[in-house]
Amino acid sequence: MRSLYPTVAPEETHPEWIPLLELATREVFELMLSSRLTTPASNVAFMVEKPEITAMVGLAGRLCGVLSINCDHKSAALVISKMLGVNPENADPQLSDAMGEIANMVAGNFKNKVAGLGDDCMLSTPTVITGGDYSLHSLGDSVRLEVRLLFDSRPVTVTLQVHS
Amino acid sequence: MNNITALIVDDSSVMRKIVERSLRQAGIELKQVLEASNGAEALAAVKENSIDLILCDINMPVMDGLEFIKQLARVDKAKGVPVVMITTEGSEAHVVQALSSGAKGYIRKPFTPDQVKEHVIPVLAAKV
Repeated sequence: MRSLYPTVAPEETHPEWIPLLELATREVFELMLSSRLTTPASNVAFMVEKPEITAMVGLAGRLCGVLSINCDHKSAALVISKMLGVNPENADPQLSDAMGEIANMVAGNFKNKVAGLGDDCMLSTPTVITGGDYSLHSLGDSVRLEVRLLFDSRPVTVTLQVHS
Repeated sequence: MNNITALIVDDSSVMRKIVERSLRQAGIELKQVLEASNGAEALAAVKENSIDLILCDINMPVMDGLEFIKQLARVDKAKGVPVVMITTEGSEAHVVQALSSGAKGYIRKPFTPDQVKEHVIPVLAAKV
């Protein structure tokens, strides 16, 4: 029996999705935070600090996978500060909500940029993990697309794990 | 656009605040802002209050935005109250579904205050 939504298998994942993922992320930060993300000169900056906040959104339908955004606590506080105009020191109560919404918008913006995906791909409610001492295991074949950017000189990583 | 009572429906409290700020930046004078985190809460708010404008997300727990506008059509008190969807769901199918269910406007997240102004002002002007 054929699936209602023929899925995008990992081996079909095109490299042109990486610039779309980057563009989707940049647009969210520019429109919602009035912040321009920059490209790191090297990967060194990403080795310095552990991600402390991970916001994840599941995708189901033609594309199955998980989009996640990782950053440190200071970056997440700055996200809220710029979104709501509050002091970063008072941002904690809304940290999960804001980072979940950022991940949701990046995932939605990304799928709307991939031709044919918008109608046949649903997004889950966001999940946010605080703390960096964990391992994430995907049970099944998957391909990992990753975009590394700097937000106010601090690393932000956006990952799309595409499942078969 | 004075003395507007707006109902903002989104499961994210951060997004509800951003939408409220965008309305104010659009020059809309808000008499009152009511908030709901899903369609069911929004329906209850509509029945208990006199609302001029509803801004509603689609993907929400309990009752999503599309089901909300369907049920809203059966509420006498909500007749003529414009609904503008604000959502990450940007596909053509979702836009068509929302507009055919009674939504008067559709804003895709991420958005700018100018986009909110562009979509909401004409909807409020048409209501007056």
